[in-house]
Amino acid sequence: MVTFIYFNYMITENNNSFLRIEREDLQGLIEALAESGYRVIGPTVRDGAIVYDEVEKLDDLPAGWTDEQQPGSYRLKRRDDRALFGFNVGPHSWKKFLHPPNLRLFQAKRNDKGFEISNDNQPAPDLVFLGVRACELHAIAIQDKVFINGPYVDSVYGERREKAFVVAVNCGQAGGTCFCTSMKTGPRAESGFDIALTEVIETDQHYFVAEAGSERGVEILEKTRTRKADESEKKKAVEIVEFAASRMGRNLDTTGIKELLYRNHDHPRWEDVASRCLTCANCTMACPTCFCTTVEDTTDLTGDHAERWRRWDSCFTTDFSYIHGGSMRVSVKSRYRQWMTHKLAAWIDQFGTSGCVGCGRCITWCPAGIDITEEAAAIRKNELQRENKEQQDGNA
Amino acid sequence: MNDPMMPSIWRIKNYRTETADTFTIDLVNEHGQDGMTGMHFQPGQFNMLYLFGAGESAISISGDPRNKDVLTHTVRAVGTVTRALARLKRGDVIGVRGPYGSPWPVVEAIGNDVLIVAGGIGLAPLRPVIYHLIAEREKYGKVTLLYGARSPVDILFRQELEKWRGRFDMQVEATVDNARQGQTWHGNAGVVTGLIPRAGFDPSQTTVMICGPELMMRFTIIELQKRGIEEDAIHVSMERNMKCAIGLCGHCQLGPEFICKNGPVFRFDRIRDSFRKREI
Repeated sequence: MVTFIYFNYMITENNNSFLRIEREDLQGLIEALAESGYRVIGPTVRDGAIVYDEVEKLDDLPAGWTDEQQPGSYRLKRRDDRALFGFNVGPHSWKKFLHPPNLRLFQAKRNDKGFEISNDNQPAPDLVFLGVRACELHAIAIQDKVFINGPYVDSVYGERREKAFVVAVNCGQAGGTCFCTSMKTGPRAESGFDIALTEVIETDQHYFVAEAGSERGVEILEKTRTRKADESEKKKAVEIVEFAASRMGRNLDTTGIKELLYRNHDHPRWEDVASRCLTCANCTMACPTCFCTTVEDTTDLTGDHAERWRRWDSCFTTDFSYIHGGSMRVSVKSRYRQWMTHKLAAWIDQFGTSGCVGCGRCITWCPAGIDITEEAAAIRKNELQRENKEQQDGNA
Repeated sequence: MNDPMMPSIWRIKNYRTETADTFTIDLVNEHGQDGMTGMHFQPGQFNMLYLFGAGESAISISGDPRNKDVLTHTVRAVGTVTRALARLKRGDVIGVRGPYGSPWPVVEAIGNDVLIVAGGIGLAPLRPVIYHLIAEREKYGKVTLLYGARSPVDILFRQELEKWRGRFDMQVEATVDNARQGQTWHGNAGVVTGLIPRAGFDPSQTTVMICGPELMMRFTIIELQKRGIEEDAIHVSMERNMKCAIGLCGHCQLGPEFICKNGPVFRFDRIRDSFRKREI
């Protein structure tokens, strides 16, 4: 069984399609989406972080907030303006809405013939993802390859994905752990959205430059108060994203990275990172592309009713690779290596793309501040020394 | 859309104890397609067997691919689910999803000598190959089965092994690691690689299929390579933790391969690099 699902995004080359939306009129966009039957999910401030939750009005967005991110550190700070999207990505990703962290696969009930199995999948909700960054659009496209474009389709993901209305927001700044330019996933949203916004803040004006990426995006923009963006406004929007691109907090050299990691299975750096890694699995939970799941079986006290649940899992646990006799990956070294080698190398063989989008979540949310870019660089650097040494030995 | 994670209900028609920790179940699907009570499958494929409330386990199909009346699995009771499956009896029902995975290269092997090397329960996923080779015997050259078990009482399918051994068109050799006190054994002793020198095959025209513990497969491959067998003539069946069996849960990865959808049967040269790496 091979099923492909195509999404009807169009590439908008036509400059006339750029519109200007005043800051306060973004409320109208949210209302137009709600009136079309969508539940709007967007960034909101909760527990000292920017997380994705229901948004009904502009005030629900993190107005005037920004985030400061470093390895193992995330802090919200006040901005000196009223920016609605003046921050980068937080601990949540859109993965939680497309690939539910907990999902009941089926229920089983005993009957006189043994038992019967039923599946009570609810229809997918109609969600708007408001504030999707370029790296996150790429993360969604990567999960599409995992869940939709293979021989078997995850229908729960597929249905949610098909329904989701994506409002991308271009980044006007880069966080301390961002490296999307290295992964070629941002900071500009180029495709995979219904509407893309760029927030422009000047001393006397505050507006968004909007472009539609699909027919339904056009329809929603038609219901929103807009006017055509002029040349200087469009130019401003481009410059804002160029500025973000120049401020990346991190850099990852991806040259030949697949082969680099495959041939460095026994590199001493794995021991080094293992001495710092707590195997807490935070990186895999925060990662917008990590897709692994496990299943749990339960019965009620009568023993007549059983359920099978799927939940997010992590390759950092020893259970993950358990087969009779023990775990395949006992050492911390082997588990960190599996995660990073899968993300940056094996993923390319499996799905034709890197599994990393450079969003920096794994770096920020690692309690030990382990930095994937630093680990990759350390392996590359030591290997270079080894190769140079071999060359020198050869010359001698 | 058909949900690939939903099992169908099958009834246990026969339950046979094979060894102290191994049993075979014949399953029938009373509501199968076109009135068929068995399952179409290729030798080497596996199913996910679901036991009510206990969970699922990936189990190779051990029956005859030509038999469309029953679906046969041979299980070693070593984990939570398989131990619970062992307590089932005739008439009980379980859930089945499948068949999944890549088959043994019985088509590619046509015209070649076939060498099968099995260790312990590893004979179960290879038994459909043997049934197939016997059914289409004229299409193949020499057929050799080398089998190793831990002890005489751990020999799987012993009656069938002895029956196959009696055939003029097939060579069957068995060995045990050791015979414990009180066990009578007048056959070969030692690891299965010790049987390789006895196998008659033409290294340039042989297809090898190996299933057993990874250590056993590793040493078997070394011995075969010494005798001129190329890596691309060797096929192995791999095992890893599996939850979904359809390439979505991530558990069964072996380097770039998903054992469930790219395997479990691999041509050895395709996984050679991963095979040699520790804790991959």
